[in-house]
Amino acid sequence: MAFKNFTEFHHSIERNVFVMLGLTFITVSIGGLVQVIPLYTIESTIEKVEGVRPYSPLELAGFNIYLREGCYLCHSQQIRPFRDEVERYGHYSLAAESMYDHPFQWGSKRTGPDLARVGGKYSNAWHVAHLSDPRAVVPESVMPTFQWMATRPLKFGDVQAHMRTLRTVGVPYTDDMIANAKDDLASQKNPDADNEGLLKRYPKAVVANFTGDKTVTEMDALIAYLQVLGTLVDFTQYQPNQFQQ
Amino acid sequence: MTSATLTQAVGLGRSTGTVETVAYNDQIIRYSVVATMVWALFGMAMGVWIAAELAFPALNLGLEWTSFGRLRPVHTNTVIFAFGGNALLATSLYCVQRTCRARLWGGANLALFLFWGYQAYCLMADLGYPFGITQGKEYAESEWFADLWLLVVWVVYLMVFVGTLTRRKEPHIYVANWFFLSFIVMVAILHIGNNLEVPVSFFGAKSYPVVSGVQSAMVQWWYGHNAVGFFLTAGFLGIMYYFVPKRAGRPVYSYRLSIVHFWSLIFMYVWVGPHHLHYTALPDWVQTLGMTFSVMLWMPSWGGMFNGIMTLSGAWDKLRTDPVLRFLVTSVAFYGMSTFEGPVMAIKPVNALSHYTDWTVGHVHSGALGWVALISFGALYHLVPILWNRERLYSMRLVGVHFWIATMGIVLYITAMWISGVTQGLMWRAYDSYGFLQYSFAETVAAMHPLYAIRALGGLCFLIGASIMAYNLYRTVRGDVREERSFLAVPTARPGAAVGTA
Repeated sequence: MAFKNFTEFHHSIERNVFVMLGLTFITVSIGGLVQVIPLYTIESTIEKVEGVRPYSPLELAGFNIYLREGCYLCHSQQIRPFRDEVERYGHYSLAAESMYDHPFQWGSKRTGPDLARVGGKYSNAWHVAHLSDPRAVVPESVMPTFQWMATRPLKFGDVQAHMRTLRTVGVPYTDDMIANAKDDLASQKNPDADNEGLLKRYPKAVVANFTGDKTVTEMDALIAYLQVLGTLVDFTQYQPNQFQQ
Repeated sequence: MTSATLTQAVGLGRSTGTVETVAYNDQIIRYSVVATMVWALFGMAMGVWIAAELAFPALNLGLEWTSFGRLRPVHTNTVIFAFGGNALLATSLYCVQRTCRARLWGGANLALFLFWGYQAYCLMADLGYPFGITQGKEYAESEWFADLWLLVVWVVYLMVFVGTLTRRKEPHIYVANWFFLSFIVMVAILHIGNNLEVPVSFFGAKSYPVVSGVQSAMVQWWYGHNAVGFFLTAGFLGIMYYFVPKRAGRPVYSYRLSIVHFWSLIFMYVWVGPHHLHYTALPDWVQTLGMTFSVMLWMPSWGGMFNGIMTLSGAWDKLRTDPVLRFLVTSVAFYGMSTFEGPVMAIKPVNALSHYTDWTVGHVHSGALGWVALISFGALYHLVPILWNRERLYSMRLVGVHFWIATMGIVLYITAMWISGVTQGLMWRAYDSYGFLQYSFAETVAAMHPLYAIRALGGLCFLIGASIMAYNLYRTVRGDVREERSFLAVPTARPGAAVGTA
């Protein structure tokens, strides 16, 4: 086929719906494939570090509440490798640290501060006061109040179904974890209970009666989640150049 | 093909007497026009509310259903998918019938299914968010059951659109339809790719996405930026390529440029998602690719802008006499501005400052208000008298008032966000003379307060403008015509003022 010029060549495309459709499909597919597929095949994409584990049942409930309330719309969970961010928030974030987050919670906006390493920074009592009335603790805050969460009993009777679903998408919940899920959920809120099994399954889980309430509330779950954020990797074990990709 | 053939394709040069008339399906277009306007008012009102919440947190009302985090998806999904989506339904189905000289494929009932099915999706999504039913992915918050429903509706949209193209009586597919087609195809791919998820139970709303962590981030922003690139850009470029020439009474400036514009734009857009993830745990090679393509994308974007604006060659005077054309052309100018700003923000050192700040929010809104909304308004003003068979709009003066109040709103909005974004970015990284971080995070939040108030005011102006438009269109549909001084009447008191207007 000889075409006089470029535009005449294009006539042969734009006069056929299905050629147009096929070429469009190919053109818009390439970029996405090139950028996504190697993220699964290149092994250094997710750093090899120890300590990252699936969320405990109570933390998982908290993760879901974090998502439900749209916290990710104002808080990032991704510390960039800049001097000011590392001084303000802690060690920059690793890909490994969010490998069990379905979906990721890196966020895109910091109307409020980054939360990637908020775990252990504030006391449980501070979190209860802050979530209930942010401006009572931080006068400049523009965060909504979540006082209703402190008294609302947590409904997570189907926690095992959630864990099984997550297992089908790749989170390594063991049979043992799923079998003990309901006990673990209750005992993480009870420091007097025998928590040996819980802490063996979920090392570094924060065990406390977060709200002081008798029942497990939604706020208990949310604080249990916040208190574990960014605490799982022990950075004293690694040299910075180990994370180079 | 010369500009003469393009002229024919847009239907400018055709004398109606020589062509057989086609019974177009205009019912679905009238429906979509009404839906566009209703969703616009609702979505923008939600935007003003949540903007005000950030300035005055008491407006969260202390209720779980009205907190910023629950209402923000209502705003974004309504303005993008309900307002923008209905504007695209109306214009694409209008344009494809006219430029193909063919009635919609699939019959009136399939078109009605498409319309009502799409409204059902918008409602399903919006009603869930205040109750916390969300999968927590920005701009794709709707849960699995709504996603499945949208997939069905979208396949019908593709079938109707492609089916109509196959029925065309013109040998060429007009350039606006290329853009509409690529938008429909890519949104289908994005929707499927980004919503691969496993429901916890068949009767529950909750699901978990298949991908996690870093891959989840990449897939999300591949989706997120191409929702901008295809839903809010390619689709609306289709509007530009039909309605600007139509309104100006001039052929598209360059056919050759249209071809280059189309293929380069749809190829490059797909690569730019990683610029939302600069300096994160996403591997550097992907970030670099994203940045490179973002900068390259500037060229096709401006090529398209040039093609749109230069279409007015020989008809510039109409900008003074036709406020509807003013909407269309200003929107293309805003398109040019935000497609320059975007590549700049995608450069890593700039992004280091701008990311996580309001600068991004301002950038999005210069595109969303300045480009997407203004061009939709222009198209609607053009369509309503035709669709309801009215001599003209109820009031052209009100169109002029709408134009200025909307433009003022946009300027207030984006300048407030530029200032707050740059201010906050600089405050976060400021050190004092002792080498300590100078500001606590809370201090940077306090500094945002006046700018958040101005932003809400800008949004309010924009909403007032849209309300004036709704009133104007309502009166037009009713058949009212306001007696008013025409824009065509040029005062002759000043000699020389009328020169060149003929």
